[in-house]
Amino acid sequence: MKKPLNIVILLFSLMLLGACGDSRMHSHGVYMLVDTSGTYAQEANKASKIINYLLATLNPGDSLAVAKVESRSFTEKDIVAKVTFDKRPSQATSQKRAFKDKIQTFTQAVKPSAYTDITGALIQGAEYLNETKSGIKTIVIFSDMQEELGKGTVRDFPIELDGFRIVALNVSKLRTDNADPRLYLNRLAHWEARVRKAGATEWVVVNDLENNLESILVTRGTNG
Amino acid sequence: MSNWSAWLLWPDNVALSVFALGLLAMVFLYAARKPMHGIIHSSCTLAAHGTRIVSRWMLRAAEGMQLRNQAVLLAHGQESEAVRIDREFERVGNLIRKDLQEFPALQRKMLEEATHIEDDYRKCGTVPPPSPEWVAALKSIAQIKSGGDIPRTLLEDINRSIEKIHDKTITEFRRSYEERHKILKGMQPSWRSVEKLIGEMDKKMVTLETNTKQIDHHMHTLEAIRAKDSKAEHALTVSSFVQLAISALVMLIAAGGTFINYKLIALPMSEMVGASDYLTNSLKTSDVAALVIILMEASMGLFLLESLRITQLFPRIASMDDRMRRKLMIASLVFLTILAGIESSLAFMRDMLIADKTALMRDLASVRPAPSDGVLTSIPMIGQMVMGFVLPFALAFVAIPFEGLVHSLRTVIGVGLVQGMRGLGVLLRIVCLLFKRSATILELVYDIIIVVPLMVERWALAWRSNASVAPSVAPDDIALAKSRRAA
Repeated sequence: MKKPLNIVILLFSLMLLGACGDSRMHSHGVYMLVDTSGTYAQEANKASKIINYLLATLNPGDSLAVAKVESRSFTEKDIVAKVTFDKRPSQATSQKRAFKDKIQTFTQAVKPSAYTDITGALIQGAEYLNETKSGIKTIVIFSDMQEELGKGTVRDFPIELDGFRIVALNVSKLRTDNADPRLYLNRLAHWEARVRKAGATEWVVVNDLENNLESILVTRGTNG
Repeated sequence: MSNWSAWLLWPDNVALSVFALGLLAMVFLYAARKPMHGIIHSSCTLAAHGTRIVSRWMLRAAEGMQLRNQAVLLAHGQESEAVRIDREFERVGNLIRKDLQEFPALQRKMLEEATHIEDDYRKCGTVPPPSPEWVAALKSIAQIKSGGDIPRTLLEDINRSIEKIHDKTITEFRRSYEERHKILKGMQPSWRSVEKLIGEMDKKMVTLETNTKQIDHHMHTLEAIRAKDSKAEHALTVSSFVQLAISALVMLIAAGGTFINYKLIALPMSEMVGASDYLTNSLKTSDVAALVIILMEASMGLFLLESLRITQLFPRIASMDDRMRRKLMIASLVFLTILAGIESSLAFMRDMLIADKTALMRDLASVRPAPSDGVLTSIPMIGQMVMGFVLPFALAFVAIPFEGLVHSLRTVIGVGLVQGMRGLGVLLRIVCLLFKRSATILELVYDIIIVVPLMVERWALAWRSNASVAPSVAPDDIALAKSRRAA
C-alpha cells in the first residue's frame, strides 16, 4: 500500500518541480526588422507573409516583436507589435490573431523612410530580446542590408550580440550589385563579419522565401 | 629506429648484432630456466586454483539459488492450488446450499407423487364380475323331473333374466374399465413430474461429481507439490514461462492503449500546466503530467481489482476486513470515474484546441474555411470523448496481467540466473583445466626457445659420463618434477 503511494507522491513532486522549472530557457525570442526605406517599402506584403509564418511556427511561451527600420531605429517607437505568448495554447492563439491584425494594419500604411539604420535596429532588437530572457534569440532582418545613415547618426562602434542568431531575409540585389556582384557579396561578408564579431552564434541568409523559411528558426534542442 | 640501433652491438652489421643479442638472451634464459619454470608453474597453479574456487562457488551458489527458487515456486504453486481448491469447495458449498437444500422438499414431493400413483394404481385393479347366482337356480330347475311346460317356461324366463343381467353386467364392466382408463390417464402428469424431478436431481449430481473430480485433481497436484515432486515443479516452471509470455503480450497491448491514451490528453494538459515548461531539454511538463494522470488511473484500477480480490499483489489489502475493503473499493471506483471524467473532458478540449489552431492557420494563410458538416465533424469529437472515458477503465484491468508478469518473472529470472551461473561455473572449470595444462605447455615453449643450450648441456652430461649411462633427463628437470609432485 505504501509503495504505490510513494511512487504517486514522487511523480507529483516531479510534476511540481517541472512546473517550477525555468521555462524561458526553452523559449524562442524572435525580433523581426522590416526595412521601410526607399523602394524596399513595397516589399511589406512579403514581410507580412514571413510574420504569418512565424506566428504559425512559434509556440506558447515564445516572444515575437516586429519593428521597422527607419532613419534612426534605436527606439521603442519603431516597434510595430510585440508579444510574449501565453503558456496556454488557447490564449496564445488569440494573441496570435490580434498580432496578425496589427501587422495587417501596419503593412497597409507603410511610409518609406529616407535612411536605413540597421545597426540601431539591431541594438534595439538585442535589448528587447535580452529583456524577454528567451533561450533562443533570433533577429530576423528583412532588408537589402544596405545601411544608409543620416547626418549626425553615429553607428560606427562595436555592438553586443552575444548568443544571438541573425537571419538576413530577402536580401535583394541593388542596381549597382547587378553591375558589380562583388558589391553584393562584400556587403553580405561585411555584415557577417560584423555580427560574428559582435558575438552572434549564427549568420543565415535566406533569399528563397518559398522553400527555405524553416531556416529562420532552429528546432528546440539543436541550439544548446 | 634510433632506439633499435642503440641495442645493436655492431650497428654496421645488423645481422651479427641480432645473432649476438639472441645468443646472449638464450644464455640468460638458460640460466634463469629453473626460476622461470617455477614462476610459470606457480602462476598457472594459482590461476587454476582461483578459477576452480570461483567455479565451485558459482555451482554451489547456483544450487542454493535453485533450492530457493524451488521453495518459492512450490510455495507459490501451493498457494495457487489452495486458492483453487478453496474456490471449488465454495462452488460445491453453494451447490449444496442452494440446490441440495431443497432435497427434503423434493423427496417429500416425490413420496407424495409415489403415494398418489400407488393409490391410482390400486384403484385401477380389475373388479371381478359378480358371481352367477342364477347357476344354482338352473341346477334346481334341471332337477325337476316332471311338470310339463313349467320347466320350459321357467327356463325361458330365466334365459330372459340372464340376458338382461348379462347386458347390465357388460355395461357395468365397460363403465368400470372406462373409469380405470381415466385414472391411468390422470397418472401421466405425476409420472412426468417424477421424471423431471429425477432429471434435475441427476444434473445436480453430475455437476457435484464434476466439482468433486476437479477437487480431487487439485488435491493430487497439491499433494505432489507438497511432496516436492519434480514433475510438479517442472509443470509449475513451464506454467510460469507460459504465463510470462501471455502476460507480456497483454501488457504490450495495454502499452499500445496507454500510448493512445497519452496522445489523447498530452495536448490539452498543456492548457492546464502550460505548454512552455520543460523538465529536461526535450521533456515537456505537460507530457509528464499526462503520463502521471494515466499512471494514477492504472494505480486506481490496481487498487480496485485488489479490493475486489481479483488480484493479490498487496497482502495488506487482501487481509483487510470486508467493510474496509468495500470502502477502499468504492473510493478507488470513485477516483477512477473522476479521472475518466477528467480525461473525457480533456479529449473534448483537445478537439477544441485543434479546431482553434486550424482556424488560425487558415487565417494566417488567408484561406477560406472549408464548408463543414456538423454531424461529420462532431463524430471524431464524440469518439475521442468516449475513448477518454472508457480507456481508464480498460486500463484498470492491466493489473491482472501485471500480477501474472510479476509472479512469473520471478521464476523465469530465477531459472535464467541458475542456468547462467551453472554455465559460468562449467566455463570456469574448463578455464581451470586450461590453466593446469598451459603450465606444461609454457614450460615446453620456454625450453624450445633455449633448445641450443639445453642440447649442449645434454651433450656435456653425456660426455662426462663417457656415454655409458647417458641420463635422458637433466638433474634440474628431476628436481623440478619432484617439487611439482610435492606441490
